[in-house]
Amino acid sequence: MLLRILLGIFVTFIIAAPAGAHPHVWVTMHTELVYAPDGKITGIRHAWSFDDMFSTFATQGLESKEKGKFTRAELAPLAKVNVESLKEFDYFTYATADGKKAELAEPTPDYWLDYADQVLTLNFTLPLKTPVKAKELKVEIYDPTIFVDFSFDKEKPAQLVGAPKCKLDVVLPREMTFAEGKKLSEIPADQPNTAMAWGAQFANKLLVHCP
Amino acid sequence: MNLPVGRSTLAQRALLVVGLIFLFAMIDAVLAQPFGVARGAAPPEVGGFAGWILQKQAEFYRMLSGLIRAAKADGSAAYTLLGISFLYGIFHAAGPGHGKAVISSYLVANDETWRRGIVLSFASAILQAFTAVAIVGIAAAMLGATAKAMGDTVRVIEIVSYALIVAIGLRLLWVKGRAFLRLLRGENHMHHAHDHAQHRGHGHDRDHDHHHHQHAHGHDHHGHSHDHDHDHEDEAHAWGHAHAPEPRELTGRHWFRRGFAAIVAVGLRPCSGAIIVLVFALAQGLFWIGVASTFVMGIGTAITVAAIATLAVGARGLAGRLAKAKPGAGMIVLRGLETAAALVIVLFGAALLTGYVVSERLMGV
Repeated sequence: MLLRILLGIFVTFIIAAPAGAHPHVWVTMHTELVYAPDGKITGIRHAWSFDDMFSTFATQGLESKEKGKFTRAELAPLAKVNVESLKEFDYFTYATADGKKAELAEPTPDYWLDYADQVLTLNFTLPLKTPVKAKELKVEIYDPTIFVDFSFDKEKPAQLVGAPKCKLDVVLPREMTFAEGKKLSEIPADQPNTAMAWGAQFANKLLVHCP
Repeated sequence: MNLPVGRSTLAQRALLVVGLIFLFAMIDAVLAQPFGVARGAAPPEVGGFAGWILQKQAEFYRMLSGLIRAAKADGSAAYTLLGISFLYGIFHAAGPGHGKAVISSYLVANDETWRRGIVLSFASAILQAFTAVAIVGIAAAMLGATAKAMGDTVRVIEIVSYALIVAIGLRLLWVKGRAFLRLLRGENHMHHAHDHAQHRGHGHDRDHDHHHHQHAHGHDHHGHSHDHDHDHEDEAHAWGHAHAPEPRELTGRHWFRRGFAAIVAVGLRPCSGAIIVLVFALAQGLFWIGVASTFVMGIGTAITVAAIATLAVGARGLAGRLAKAKPGAGMIVLRGLETAAALVIVLFGAALLTGYVVSERLMGV
């Protein structure tokens, strides 16, 4: 019987593991949704701050005039690499307008990196290929492989720019409560967890309702 | 063949479970396309046990930077750092990763003992820590290389390591697959040899079975490996008569030299997390603390991988005993299982090589 339980754990390990990675980069974001005067959304402006370990790692070996400090110009080559390699990951940003996928273009060339208090922040704007007027706009930011863990800034998660009549809702990723954690730990390891959805913590969602 | 009924059904169940594991592992390897199908479809859903593992290891990882900083001012924080590194290693290896899958499949296909599984697990984890230290030590500390340069180095190592996984899998597939096909075609003179071996193995097996029922778990292990060794002999016999490709080559005493390829294939590629931690420690002027943390992480990783590898070997052992009980069909299933395990290694390596399974990558560097 012991063996059967062990086998159960083994199966859980092999099968339940998602086909992804482990989080190694943490991003705290502030996102602005930019609207044109005619009420169409034109772009998504991101400011992504990396965690201190990744910030240190990313700036390793970069030359700077003052040790431990980097100017915008000194970080320009790194910003270019960042933005170019994000293309492969669709900038981790997915937008739908009234239920239809809204295509995003490449970032505008005014992107930059800055470095303050050992934290690297990447600023860039993703224009919509065709600006749209949407009653319901949904923007999601996440990494399907979970290598990068995204979360909105607690104080300033997101805001609308130039859309006075619209209303923004930020759907924050939910932390596991103590009771849920306890319940989860009580599920025998050899049984698959079908009772609890735990994926919600990875979803960052912006919902905009316009008249 | 009057095996107790209960035992036989248990073995049958075990065999079913093992079969399922490999089926799912194969499906996993083939379908895992984080950037293909799933792209943009839905946020990742990570449930239950796996979600908990992910959350725990993320928690530990996030504690590392604070502890490295603290170690700068207060030496005793270094001990806490090592403790957390160890836990991180254990949880990290329990998450997704090719190390467990490749080592487990390798052990099953090759019919290795659990002791060898543990040695392989530890050797590959320590090698992995060593590679990370070597890359950061040489590239960053000595040459002042950028993160991008290190990322490029890791990518080259990745390709070599994945190619090696494919090569190991193909070799096993060639050997095991041919034996399997031969068995399917029913080359019967082998049957005799098998039955012969059966009689010897049988009495022994029953003895151990009684042990199993009467004694505590500690004994179980012992009996287990005993059984296993006998499996070896019997199968080698059968193989010899069937003119199989040199069985000694696969199960002989030079297993470590043979296993070396598997150690390198799994251990060559450093963990991105270890590299980031090392660079961070270096920037704080505490490179050696980072090195210690990396090796402790490696030990934690090894423990998890070894535990899973031991389970795989145990399951394989049960399947082997079932095969003995049913000389004809059992042997076919067993050989089929080994062939499937070899196939899993090939598919895993191929998927990693073509980038379908992007195990870990350093974003933007």
